[in-house]
Amino acid sequence: MLPDFAYTRPTSIKEAVKALSAANARVHAGGTDLLGCLRDEIFSVDILVSLGRLDSLRGIRQTADGGLRIGALTTIADVAENLLIQKHYTALAQAAGEVASPQLRNQGTIGGNLCQKPRCWYYRGEFHCLRKGGDMCYAADGQSQFHCLFGSGDICYIVHPSDTAPALIALGAKVRIAGKRRQKTVPVEKFFVLPEDDVQTETILAAEEIVTEIILPPPPANLKSRYRKVRARRSWDFALSGAALALQFDDSDVVRRARVVLSGVAPIPWRAPAVETVLTGQALTPAVIARAANAAVENAEPLAQNEYKVPLLRGMLKEELGAFG
Amino acid sequence: MADEHETNDRKGVTRRQFMTRVGVGAVAATVVGGPPAGRAEAAQVMRPGEMAKITLWINTRRHRLLVAPRWSLLYVIRERLGLTATKVGCERGECGACTVLVDDRPIYACMLLAVEAENKKITTLEGLMQGEQIGPVQDAFIQHDAFQCGYCTCGQIMAAEGLLRKNPRPADEAIPLAVSGNLCRCGAYPQIFKAVRAAADKRGDQ
Ligand SMILES: Cc1cc2nc3c(=O)[nH]c(=O)nc-3n(C[C@H](O)[C@H](O)[C@H](O)COP(=O)(O)OP(=O)(O)OC[C@H]3O[C@@H](n4cnc5c(N)ncnc54)[C@H](O)[C@@H]3O)c2cc1C
Ligand code: SF4
Ligand code: FES
Ligand code: FES
Repeated sequence: MLPDFAYTRPTSIKEAVKALSAANARVHAGGTDLLGCLRDEIFSVDILVSLGRLDSLRGIRQTADGGLRIGALTTIADVAENLLIQKHYTALAQAAGEVASPQLRNQGTIGGNLCQKPRCWYYRGEFHCLRKGGDMCYAADGQSQFHCLFGSGDICYIVHPSDTAPALIALGAKVRIAGKRRQKTVPVEKFFVLPEDDVQTETILAAEEIVTEIILPPPPANLKSRYRKVRARRSWDFALSGAALALQFDDSDVVRRARVVLSGVAPIPWRAPAVETVLTGQALTPAVIARAANAAVENAEPLAQNEYKVPLLRGMLKEELGAFG
Repeated sequence: MADEHETNDRKGVTRRQFMTRVGVGAVAATVVGGPPAGRAEAAQVMRPGEMAKITLWINTRRHRLLVAPRWSLLYVIRERLGLTATKVGCERGECGACTVLVDDRPIYACMLLAVEAENKKITTLEGLMQGEQIGPVQDAFIQHDAFQCGYCTCGQIMAAEGLLRKNPRPADEAIPLAVSGNLCRCGAYPQIFKAVRAAADKRGDQ
């Protein structure tokens, strides 16, 4: 049985923001991450504010400029199965299709996927670590096989659990956020928070703010994008390492622009500018691919037990870049 | 167990359901059909531990019952309505034993609050019965020995049913994917795949 809480299901975004302004309130979208956190007492909540009646937050629509708007309550399954997304934003459809399991994709929402809590086993266990407001990180000298290679700041070593976020960043997406004042729009890339900026939060959201939609820009001509995820089991598991690649080619198959965002290796979806630099202005020859894969792991800082992620990431990128075309 | 649900189908309420319903003061299910479209409930705050009366449409039957906000759909289905085909496993979204259909899509009942299922169309394994007869997917699982201990089976069948409702003629590759959110610790997957294939083919023939 879950711990007790109050529950409300407002009928407008405005009402929802107001309800979220109460002490220790939280958004309930699909509940697939939230209920797990409550059951395991990772945090407590006084009132759940369900978005279930905000139908305007559901669905995928084309924008006037040829881009796409995805309502925050759209299920991961609907994102994975959408034909426009499969065709023009392939990496996102692939990433959504790799999330969790079929049931969780039917239940979980894209907004919730961006706002979910990390899976560090100390955090999800009974350890009062830094991220929960305690005074130490147990992973630093503990069991670290699923922890990060980049961006820990030697503070907290989580990996960001979302598969869709790296794809959204590679595709240049933005999130729309409703709060006390008027709505704001922020690039997904600026939505996540590193441990050095605040170890107790993962996103820039204030307590009463709600992600309302995700906006994808019109797909540039000759854009090809892919998402690759390596994991221990084909279902349920989070990425051991993954990559969202969005490459724009010219007519002679030279990469004009590259955006490369890694998953499973850093506390936030990890943009890899060194890889992008190697690829830009080049055709994807074996030599270029090898240099790009090496560039990805250059500044990796493995812990005692996650060193395997270095060759894994390098090898995966080689395979994935080789499969482009 | 089968008797109990058959009784339920014919007469509406089993002894066990009667007891649990009396226990929570819920009203017996009387209406048969599906949830009305676009039905809105009043926005109100349910306080911790407070019970609110909600409507759940389970297996085309309308149930009016009192629930607390923290009750999962799984708890309500099993412990309040006595529909025990839906199994309790991990209660963390990691096994699939509790799979039911909501609006024809498989979901984990352990990860859904009962209040969130209000006015949605819920189908449990009991809802696949055709009177006293088992349904085609259940039958295929028996014909193909698609279980050993049987604990995961109801969840597997609901995942398969969800696949066939969405895609009556699934490709072979779609079948393992459809049950990839359902753990079978006995490793009956080869037989499960065959059973789902057979059920799909049989449906296609009709
Ligand atoms: C067993 C298991 C395996 C999983 N595997 C994967 C995986 O491989 N890859 C992956 O990416 N994810 C995985 N997940 C996480 C899953 O994708 C998320 O649970 C799901 O996407 C979250 O969506 P939700 O709607 O259920 O969010 P909820 O559980 O409702 O919410 C999650 C969090 O986000 C907040 N929130 C939700 N929506 C909003 C919003 N619109 N505005 C502001 N805050 C919001 C909530 O307050 C809560 O803190 C897994 C989860 C489980 C349980
Ligand atoms: S890695 Fe982060 S979440 Fe995990 S124990 Fe250390 S501080 Fe806590
Ligand atoms: S009991 Fe619901 S997934 Fe395990
Ligand atoms: S038959 Fe035993 S768990 Fe599947």
